[in-house]
Amino acid sequence: MLARIGIRSVDELFGCIPGNVRLKRDLKVPGPLSELELVRKMQGTAAKNAANGVLSFLGGGAYDHFIPTVVDYLSQRGEFVSPYTPYQPEVSQGTLQAIFEYQTLVCQLTGLDVANASLYEGATAAAEAVLMAQRVKDRNRVLLARTLHPQYRETIRTYIKNLGIEAVEVPFTNAGTLDPGALSRLLNDATCAVVVQSPNVFGVCEDLKSVSDAAHGKGALAVAVIAEALSLGLLEAPGSLGVDVACGEAQSFGLPLGFGGPYLGFMASRKDYVRQLPGRLCGETTDVEGQRGFVLTLSTREQHIRRERATSNICTNQALCALRATIFLETMGKEGLRELAWQNVQKAAYAADALEAVRGVRKKFSGPVFNEFVLEFSKPWPAVDAALRAKGILAGLPLAPDYPELRNSALVCVTELRTKGEIDRLAQALKEALR
Amino acid sequence: MIKQIREPLIFELSAKGKRAVRLPALDVPETKGVLAGVPARRDIPGFPEVSETEVARHFTRLSQKNYCVDLGFYPLGSCTMKYNPKVNERISGLPGFAGTHPNAPADLVQGNLEVLATLEKLLGEIAGMDAFTLQPAAGAHGELTGMMLIRAALEARGKARKYVLIPDSAHGTNPSSAHICGYAVKEIKSNETGTIDLDSLAQAMTDEVAALMVTNPNTLGVFESDICRIAKLVHDKGGFVYMDGANMNALTGIVRPGDMGVDVIHINLHKTFSTPHGGGGPGSGPVGVKREIDPFLPTPRIVAKGDRYELDFDRPQSIGRVRSFYGQFGVILRALSYILTLGPSGLREVAETAVLNANYIRKSLEGDYHLKYTTPSMHECVFSDKSQKASGVTNLDISKRLIDFGLHPPTMSFPLIVHGALMIEPTETESLRDLDLFIDAMKKIAAEARENPDLLRSAPHVTYVRRLDEVKAAKTPVLRWEEKG
Repeated sequence: MLARIGIRSVDELFGCIPGNVRLKRDLKVPGPLSELELVRKMQGTAAKNAANGVLSFLGGGAYDHFIPTVVDYLSQRGEFVSPYTPYQPEVSQGTLQAIFEYQTLVCQLTGLDVANASLYEGATAAAEAVLMAQRVKDRNRVLLARTLHPQYRETIRTYIKNLGIEAVEVPFTNAGTLDPGALSRLLNDATCAVVVQSPNVFGVCEDLKSVSDAAHGKGALAVAVIAEALSLGLLEAPGSLGVDVACGEAQSFGLPLGFGGPYLGFMASRKDYVRQLPGRLCGETTDVEGQRGFVLTLSTREQHIRRERATSNICTNQALCALRATIFLETMGKEGLRELAWQNVQKAAYAADALEAVRGVRKKFSGPVFNEFVLEFSKPWPAVDAALRAKGILAGLPLAPDYPELRNSALVCVTELRTKGEIDRLAQALKEALR
Repeated sequence: MIKQIREPLIFELSAKGKRAVRLPALDVPETKGVLAGVPARRDIPGFPEVSETEVARHFTRLSQKNYCVDLGFYPLGSCTMKYNPKVNERISGLPGFAGTHPNAPADLVQGNLEVLATLEKLLGEIAGMDAFTLQPAAGAHGELTGMMLIRAALEARGKARKYVLIPDSAHGTNPSSAHICGYAVKEIKSNETGTIDLDSLAQAMTDEVAALMVTNPNTLGVFESDICRIAKLVHDKGGFVYMDGANMNALTGIVRPGDMGVDVIHINLHKTFSTPHGGGGPGSGPVGVKREIDPFLPTPRIVAKGDRYELDFDRPQSIGRVRSFYGQFGVILRALSYILTLGPSGLREVAETAVLNANYIRKSLEGDYHLKYTTPSMHECVFSDKSQKASGVTNLDISKRLIDFGLHPPTMSFPLIVHGALMIEPTETESLRDLDLFIDAMKKIAAEARENPDLLRSAPHVTYVRRLDEVKAAKTPVLRWEEKG
């Protein structure tokens, strides 16, 4: 090879790098490790996670759900894992058809007309929705429900800070839902969107129809954020309730908890806004022989064509995660998804009753919930938490760091994976902790 | 598999009542009146109902319609399509990692925090930067984060400034990211060697310029040899140097961006650090910074206290979160595993072999394809279709014909400064035999372009679908399946 190139050593190929900045030592990194050494080392690191083996009722934007074996098995095929973005459609029909099916599934679940091929995760999807609403309406004020996940609100604020968009927060009522009176006071002709999460950060279902009507009354878009995508299997589709843009986190559809990523941002909208959607879109077409095929399309919205005038800077997104969601949803099917969502509601309802029966525990909000709910304790949370953790239980996520008014409260999540025995164990432990 | 077999959409396979999954019976007594007053859906119209056999065959058949790195050579320029070591998949799937909840208290996820802190430190050493954040989800997300950091640092100095300078050879995400950060973009022309023209830069670099975004090696695969002078020029006017680290594969263990005056850099773990591209993600775009910019990094930061790790949210100057939780943790685990497997000698060998392979291809094809810039190449080389233009053959035709040889085409959509570009990045994981197979195919195609150009224009011939009508797809968009009738 050197002879063909006409050099004597590989080092000559690096002659273009100024000598004074060349690294004249080895990098200070450990290794090299053999495969066996690596596996041992990383197993050791994983074992330092004391969370393993703890009975967890954590939710709050990441949900512990059953993943059918077929999802792992099929999604781990090298043909799906090791290609890149399908720039060459003739040799990427597998990925493209899967994306087309994914877009269809998202449309069916949200009741909206068009869905993109994926976004990074829920919080950035919400931020992209705000930027999209600003483009559609050319207005620079956005209303964020205070019941929107705090990390989503923070991400939106990070994104809009340099763009002259003002974010105003809408408070919540004792039901744990957006305050409609405050919403109508804060809505004005400069508002591009109302962003509301349902089920919201307290697990409570919002009245999307009323919020949409209020937003439309001032010419703003109604943006629904869905952080627990499984709820779409049972609750009315946002698109049927007047919502213009639905977006959020689809980790519940076959993605492991994985300490927060990679997850799956999704976005769907009414077809009027298709040219303002961020991210990749896959469309159907035909080849020169008239056969159906799929391609990436409407790319004039995108950065590689439009550069600084693109609808978003997104390039690489979450294709493999979208594939997992597609396999998950097609495996669950119409009835399976509904039943799974129903089991979540039922288990959460049973748990809420069982826990509220413990003296010193009270349900904080009166609104209807999907699979998580807020409990308030008669003793300080750190003491309750410590007592439960001593018994190997994580009862939930404390809310005070983000909602100072919710002292001694925790968000408790109960999915289909929690058994009656586990719920009863939590109730018993709580009884002892609050005695 | 047989080419003629068509795979329907799953919706077309669906039949009422079919199921692939049975759930255990509900083990709690049913509560009446739940979700009272909440509108529930009766049906999800059109949602699929299929058996597990049908799901398994559907996706196995679909998978066979994909070309991929596990199948063969994939020289997609600027995307670093190297082989993905399989052990890294195993590591990211270890239940002790994959099962951990991101809202778990820090003391219960010490292993995960150690992983994050370790990769931050190792990337810092490899790139020569003082601190890294692993939050950004992809390269473009890293660019956006990086530009926000620069803006925050300038605001702290007193003024955010107005412009960002970007060479005309840059990837489209650069101008787009700068724009979302509230900056106007000014393009810097490349000179005849394909690198940043110092005079143009000096002229454009005023005290209204926040930063220069530079890719090094740039998208031509050419190293910006004046990088130190460029950095000085920018720094002298109070600006920052942002480096797009997409092409870091040419530099590992050879030179560190932080040592050449770079202030902020993003690195694509799915390129240089071998995490799989997944058909278009998930990627990961960690951002490294020099000390001055550290206070502005997204929260939370992971800090070591003795042999324990804690999360630090108390960073008043932070730009705030750029996403939920901690980043693409599963991708981060793969990248860490890759670095530990290679060690210092392996990382240097990555760059050496990647650059050697690209130069071998360049030299071998110089007589057959036009090379607009003859400046030395690093890890990739950019030919064009200029020599084939006389036969009416474009880079698209050449690319489609490569598919018939069982190879993936190069990148064609950029750099915009090479018309009809063929950007070839072989990476270090290819054998001499694989390189020669590609070179032979390219030479045959060059001959075919002269002798039988229609063969190229009608390519590919061996795929499940032939050339697709992209104009039709954009003109009358069909973006979802819909039930007929």
